[in-house]
Amino acid sequence: MREIVIDPITRLEGHGKIIIFINDVGNVDRAYIQIPELRGFEKFAEGRAVEDMPQITARICGVCPMAHHMASTKTLDDLYNCPPTLTARKIRELMYNIFMLEDHALHVYILGGPDFIVGPTSPKEERNILGVINKVGKENVLRVISIRKKLREINLMLGGKTIHPVSGVPGGVSRPIKNNELEKIKQVAEESVEFAKFTMKLFKTLVLSNDQYFNLITSDAYTHRTYYMGLVDEKNQLNFYDGKIRVVDPKGNEFAKFDVHQYLEYVGEHVEPWTYIKFTFLKKIGWKGFIDGEDSGIYSVAPLARLNVSQSLPTHEAQSAFEEMISMIGRPVHHTLANHWARVIEMIYAAERIQELANDPDITDQNIRNIPKDQPSEGMGVVEAPRGTLIHHYITDERGVVKQANLIVATQNNAARIALSIDKAAKQLIRQGQINEGILNMIEMAFRAYDPCHACGTHSLPGNMPLAVYIYDMNGKLLNVVRHNL
Amino acid sequence: MSIRPKVAFYWCASCGGCEEAVVDLGEKILDVVNLVDIVFWPVAMDFKIPDIEAMPDDSITVSFINGGVRLSEHEKIVKLLRRKSMFVVAYGACACWGGIPGLANNYRREEILERAYITTPTTVNPEKIIPSQTRPVEINGAKIDLPEFLPSLKPLDEVITVDYYVPGCPPTPEVTWEAINILLSGKLPSKGSVIGASNKSLCNECPLNDTKPENVLIKEFKRVVHFVPDPNQCLLVQGLPCLGPVTRGGCSALCIKANMPCTGCFGPLDNIHDYGGKAISFLGSILDLEDEEQIRKEISKLPDILGLIYKYSLPKSGLRNILRSVRK
Repeated sequence: MREIVIDPITRLEGHGKIIIFINDVGNVDRAYIQIPELRGFEKFAEGRAVEDMPQITARICGVCPMAHHMASTKTLDDLYNCPPTLTARKIRELMYNIFMLEDHALHVYILGGPDFIVGPTSPKEERNILGVINKVGKENVLRVISIRKKLREINLMLGGKTIHPVSGVPGGVSRPIKNNELEKIKQVAEESVEFAKFTMKLFKTLVLSNDQYFNLITSDAYTHRTYYMGLVDEKNQLNFYDGKIRVVDPKGNEFAKFDVHQYLEYVGEHVEPWTYIKFTFLKKIGWKGFIDGEDSGIYSVAPLARLNVSQSLPTHEAQSAFEEMISMIGRPVHHTLANHWARVIEMIYAAERIQELANDPDITDQNIRNIPKDQPSEGMGVVEAPRGTLIHHYITDERGVVKQANLIVATQNNAARIALSIDKAAKQLIRQGQINEGILNMIEMAFRAYDPCHACGTHSLPGNMPLAVYIYDMNGKLLNVVRHNL
Repeated sequence: MSIRPKVAFYWCASCGGCEEAVVDLGEKILDVVNLVDIVFWPVAMDFKIPDIEAMPDDSITVSFINGGVRLSEHEKIVKLLRRKSMFVVAYGACACWGGIPGLANNYRREEILERAYITTPTTVNPEKIIPSQTRPVEINGAKIDLPEFLPSLKPLDEVITVDYYVPGCPPTPEVTWEAINILLSGKLPSKGSVIGASNKSLCNECPLNDTKPENVLIKEFKRVVHFVPDPNQCLLVQGLPCLGPVTRGGCSALCIKANMPCTGCFGPLDNIHDYGGKAISFLGSILDLEDEEQIRKEISKLPDILGLIYKYSLPKSGLRNILRSVRK
């Protein structure tokens, strides 16, 4: 369901609903998370001119429109058998890393971060951007706002619009980088690297060196042994823009590595009647229900999954941060909350990659388009969205009119594991029917770590996920509704 | 006792881009916060429905609502907000005319659900379960409500009365800021007005406008797939179907600055009720061809007329009902 915004897309229309069943002794029988959101992109894509798809699919998610725009543009390259020019590819990757950095920064400082920067047990009135200001100082929060603004301005310039970019065309991009624009990009690139390193330092000081937080990250309530999926380059190194899809098993061994063209062999989607989101799973293992472990086809995506499938990271500072993480908690990492840590490491990679590309002599070359010669028929494309692997797949007629579209959206890939996390957190926290406000933040933390697009809503200042927990007894009688107010 | 204006935000079937557009106001948001009480953020809404219900009618000064109405829940909440608000603003293309998700109205609900949950190639669903078909859903003997996926997507003013419209997909921070200032100034234009954007066509603010002759005439249409336009010449003159002439200005021609044609996200100018009708009659009028067969051939080079002219406004189309009855 593409429609899930999750990313946000699809976004979640403002709420996730959690439904908990309590058994006769007052313990949790099962907890569900429901995503009430559907728009039907896969249907109304039919009949559209395929070159419109990068702009149409961007509307799946206004928080990560660049991810859909890019996955779609790459699908057009494939459809027309027309790869981008060297410079166009680099411009795309530059824009893409700029987007990843600003999006991750938003999550680290404003959405998920407050849980740790301010503290998981701090009063909820403080667990937001205002609390972050108190903790790290207003000047540093202004720095976050300022760097995000600069990054988004560059993508406005290069992509036409930041929210719903327009520059992706088959075989290239619609707009080159002018020489007089490069200086600004280089400056922001340098600032970005400093900013990302500063964020890591802050994360170490406030989170990793705090035993209580560290124990929380590695605690069982937030741990699931699942498969992991993400893109890697030919050296099995992290890449957001392109590569092969690699899957490792819960022990960290390679389970599969495949080109996006083979995704139908590997990825299946499971439907449940009580939610509009579909749950992806590894087809070769099968859907075994909401259970983790090696025998279940459930897998996870997004920052931690990407690090779990990467042999190493291609840039220097990011690699040292990655090695430090491995030395502290090993690998693969199964602790959901370590996603925050992985996200900061990815910020460093994105910033370093921005700097590499900004200083690449090819970047201002004016040869930015190859013109398609072949007739279109079928194309597939993949990128790593901030929230995980994102696949587009279109079949068209010879004029390039879409006949069929299929979309595997990032948050869907985490939907099953998020459901596991909710269930586990509820089971560990609710005993003998006792429930309190504390469970809400605990559950909230369990899924906020994934930065699910349902949290798009939280991309506003208060930084709390809207959450309602419905508690039923075994006879289906509604016992209580606990709401989390902002 | 605060007498500051109370402001609410809510989103329906939207992408979150309108929320991001508000966030992109950056430090200006702080100025707004100093002048008004924001009583609901979009996301917070759901959690405070009982609170809204408890408020006296008309106690919210203005509600900004984005997204089209696609689920039963959206319908319920916007009606509630209407009752509690003095002014309702349709914010963004989806709330104004349906937006891109409004293209779904070219298909029946059942077709949309079947595609999403049964026929997509990755879906493994031997029992053909469709989420909204068994309402309320029973799990473990309990009945769980899943909001209904409505038969079609409705622009906001087909569900409630809308006082003002802020166009764009999304509205730019500048347009948003202008609209907020108009509302705060108290100098309110007549009900039903578009606020924040321009009253003139996009061409008036386009950097390529000087290269556009008074009467554009072209021999053929081109597609961005195969054509690289000269960035210094009007895209329409070069044959790309740029909709700037029939689209409201306000964005400062963002897409055109990236060498891509305007797709019409700021919608029609004043007094035009059917954007697509206006757009197609305009595109027809610039074709410098005599022969009807030639014209037909040239128009057919544009592979998706519906998506071109109604990209953001199909639910507002006068053709909509005809199209649907033909499909049946």
